[in-house]
Amino acid sequence: MMRTVNAAETAPTTYPWAVHAEGLRVRAGRHLAVNGLDLALGTGVHGLLGPNGAGKTTLMRALATVVKPAGGRLTILGESVDGRADLRRVRRGLGYLPQQFGFYPRFTVREFVEYMAWLKEMPKAAVAGAVQRAIDRVGLTAKADARMKTLSGGMLRRAGIAQAVVNDPRVLLLDEPTVGLDPEQRLDFRELLRDLGVDSSVLVSTHLVEDVVAACTDVIMINEGRLVHQGTPETLVAQGGQGDAGDSPAERGYSALLRRHRAEAGR
Amino acid sequence: MTPHPSPALIARYADLEAELDEATMWSIEIHLEDCADCRTLVAGSTTDDTRALLARVAVGVDHGIAAGPVPARLRRRPATLNRWLVWHLVPWLAMTVTVLGCAVLLEALTPDLPSLVSLLAPVAPLPGVAIAWSRRHDPAWELIAGTPAAGLTMLLRRTAAVLAVVVPALALASSRTGISLALTLLPCLAFTAATIALGAWVGVRLAAAGLGIAWALAVVLPTVVTAESPWVLQPGSSGGWALLTLALAGFAATRANDFRRLSSHN
Repeated sequence: MMRTVNAAETAPTTYPWAVHAEGLRVRAGRHLAVNGLDLALGTGVHGLLGPNGAGKTTLMRALATVVKPAGGRLTILGESVDGRADLRRVRRGLGYLPQQFGFYPRFTVREFVEYMAWLKEMPKAAVAGAVQRAIDRVGLTAKADARMKTLSGGMLRRAGIAQAVVNDPRVLLLDEPTVGLDPEQRLDFRELLRDLGVDSSVLVSTHLVEDVVAACTDVIMINEGRLVHQGTPETLVAQGGQGDAGDSPAERGYSALLRRHRAEAGR
Repeated sequence: MTPHPSPALIARYADLEAELDEATMWSIEIHLEDCADCRTLVAGSTTDDTRALLARVAVGVDHGIAAGPVPARLRRRPATLNRWLVWHLVPWLAMTVTVLGCAVLLEALTPDLPSLVSLLAPVAPLPGVAIAWSRRHDPAWELIAGTPAAGLTMLLRRTAAVLAVVVPALALASSRTGISLALTLLPCLAFTAATIALGAWVGVRLAAAGLGIAWALAVVLPTVVTAESPWVLQPGSSGGWALLTLALAGFAATRANDFRRLSSHN
């Protein structure tokens, strides 16, 4: 299903990176979860890998402007979001799916996506078409008028993805979007990711290394709040050798990088 | 809008036989998307064959519509209902109204003690306002916190939903017990404005809890102990409460930017 593209969308951008972080520090409670992270994200699908507790969710929340960074510089879509900035313009171009995705059980899927579209200050005339398009893209057309409390886990996740893409954001942040999806739905989701990565900057945080290698143009690995590796999936695979733990080349590369980073940190 | 193409160019565009280079064709099509006048020109320049084809298609579509099922009206909740009614507040508002009802009953039973309704009126909206802007009680809080609409406007909208229930309840309670309306409503509004103003600093939940405890310790406890009406709720103090409400509301309006972020307090 096509939609019209207006002139503002095809205008060239004046900023080099969609997301640019320099020495970013973000607290989660009292703990400094992101500690001096340097990141530059352009157009494409970026996979975010890392062990539990590495600061992935906190980084996503800082990029979604949900929490204020404790230090460093963060620029999203050319505007600085760390100080006392006007966040409305930046947030209109953002899409965010949190890891703990909360919803109102009595809303139907369509009502929920419409409510989120209204919260994102989309022009009223565009809301109905955009909502239908978002629901179709995630494959929930048959369940569009079902109440959210009747949906299974995978369908709820897909409804969350629908609300994240309803305003066609230029920066899309998905925190564990494939939780609860069966293998066929994961393949559909990879197709959706490739489609989204064509003209927006997508950051997908996931534990599934195969998803990252299959659908992502760029792999970012963080550990203990710092950047360990950023590069194409081939460079991740090249890091690993036969002696490392893992069942696939990407997993071996992942564990090799982690081992090396831990050894350096311990030194 | 791109500049109008000449009528000769439009005639060449509409003509099936004429060859037009792709760049010119695309620029004409982009212009036609916006300009109704040029579209009528294209419609006027179409050949008879095209018109016959369009007429056949129109007849076919009409047949299809007539033969198909009757369009049914979609019964859906209007979208504005979802924006103004905050469903997770309903239990808390029910509790507030019930407490006010109990206060009315108690006051009817013990008419010589200081008025319970006027003591409870300032803190009546506080539970609702605290819950309306609370991370723990709103399931979609993290989603909402990242949207452009999150901020003082949304807090005010939800507070209005709370007041829409609490103010009529207070009005009813005060009319039953014979206290002046100004003396119950103005402190209620003043405390709501104070919660929002203080909430810009410490978070709305903490502000509501702090104000509730402060009121209980400073006014309710001495009144219950000494059985005398408190001086802040004397009949002449409504002017003071009104001024306080306006000052706090103005101050809260200046701190609008502080509500754009989810902090650890909210």
